[in-house]
Amino acid sequence: MAELHVELVAADRQVWSGEASLVVARTSSGDIGVMPGHQPLLGVLQSGPVTIRTTGEGGDGTVVAAVHGGFISFADNKLSLLAEIAELSDEIDVQRAERALERAKSDADAAAERRADVRLRAVAGAH
Amino acid sequence: MGASLRVYKRRIRSVSATKKITRAMEMIAASRVVKAQRQVAASTPYASELTRAVTAVATGSTTQHPLTTEAEKPTRAALLLITSDRGLAGAYSSNVIKAADQLTERLKAEGKEVDAYIVGRKGVSYYSFRERKVVESWTGFTDNPTYADAKKIAAPLIEAVQKGASEGGADELHIVYTEFISMMTQNALDDRLLPLSLKRESADASEEKSTGEILPLFDFEPSAEDVLDALLPRYVESRIYNALLQAAASKHAATRRAMKSATDNAEELIKSLSRLANAARQAEITQEISEIVGGSAALADATAGSD
Repeated sequence: MAELHVELVAADRQVWSGEASLVVARTSSGDIGVMPGHQPLLGVLQSGPVTIRTTGEGGDGTVVAAVHGGFISFADNKLSLLAEIAELSDEIDVQRAERALERAKSDADAAAERRADVRLRAVAGAH
Repeated sequence: MGASLRVYKRRIRSVSATKKITRAMEMIAASRVVKAQRQVAASTPYASELTRAVTAVATGSTTQHPLTTEAEKPTRAALLLITSDRGLAGAYSSNVIKAADQLTERLKAEGKEVDAYIVGRKGVSYYSFRERKVVESWTGFTDNPTYADAKKIAAPLIEAVQKGASEGGADELHIVYTEFISMMTQNALDDRLLPLSLKRESADASEEKSTGEILPLFDFEPSAEDVLDALLPRYVESRIYNALLQAAASKHAATRRAMKSATDNAEELIKSLSRLANAARQAEITQEISEIVGGSAALADATAGSD
């Protein structure tokens, strides 16, 4: 099966890298799915969960990450997801995100609320 | 104990206490350099992917953007100088400040006014001592910069360049920092961040991909302008972040070197002081012996005389 190479990088570290058969991300004009052999693409990401359907030695699986802003770029079967902040769903502390969501709602902090919401959705997508 | 011997002993004690401190600082700096280097390496994937994306937009579209177009007659340039908060790092701060002064001279010779933006207490005190105007300054994080710090610095700079000199902003953005080459070599250098010289970027990219890979035509989502709008500020932020990290690594390396030579000097000093102390002790003993010998000879003479 055809594969594409994915690099998910945050500003200060590499979050995930590996082979995948499908990557779904949210751009500012809607969700976009990228499969191997896609046309070269460069898009602006919105905060949201990114789903990576993995292939490779570990067998098929799904990696979900919460991405806060950033870019998606695809060329030569190499896909890079660039984000200032990116977290894998296993790294997210659900209780902390829930607490942050509560706090953001009471403080009416829209940005913090969206961040917490994205984290929770990423975790929900993983299970 | 003689007076001079006591003085030497006291100085040896104080120098060896100093030596212990500088040795400890050397060790701390050495471990921090490694950490800082690791951070530089960790930020590299993001920076290189971002550069790739910027190059792709630049070559794949003919879009014009305020951050990439050169002003026809630039009259004002912003200068971001990255120094450290603390000294004890040899010539680290003065080297980078000197580089900034040279760049200021050059820009002024080209007929541009220079707005200074400064990171680090050393640079701030240098400018305030000389009563030069500083537009904005940041301190307190130079040892361990985070991406949030870089964002904080980048925001007013990007805003200034977007406004342009005619509206009180700036036409160009230069950055002066210390490049970390190796543990032994750090180099103060200046770099023009904005307007982005896309030619150089593509030249870099073609060097990188000397295998002959041609950048493909990209599909932009939602549009090339929007992508560029979002991409360029991030690019500037990541360049500033990288500069901060390199400056931090350089600072720690400079501290390590300065502290190593301080430790060596203390060792040297202890050695020569203990030689002097030894000589003083010998002299004291010699004097005592000659006093005893002289005394007993005088006694012997006196008893011989009375007989």
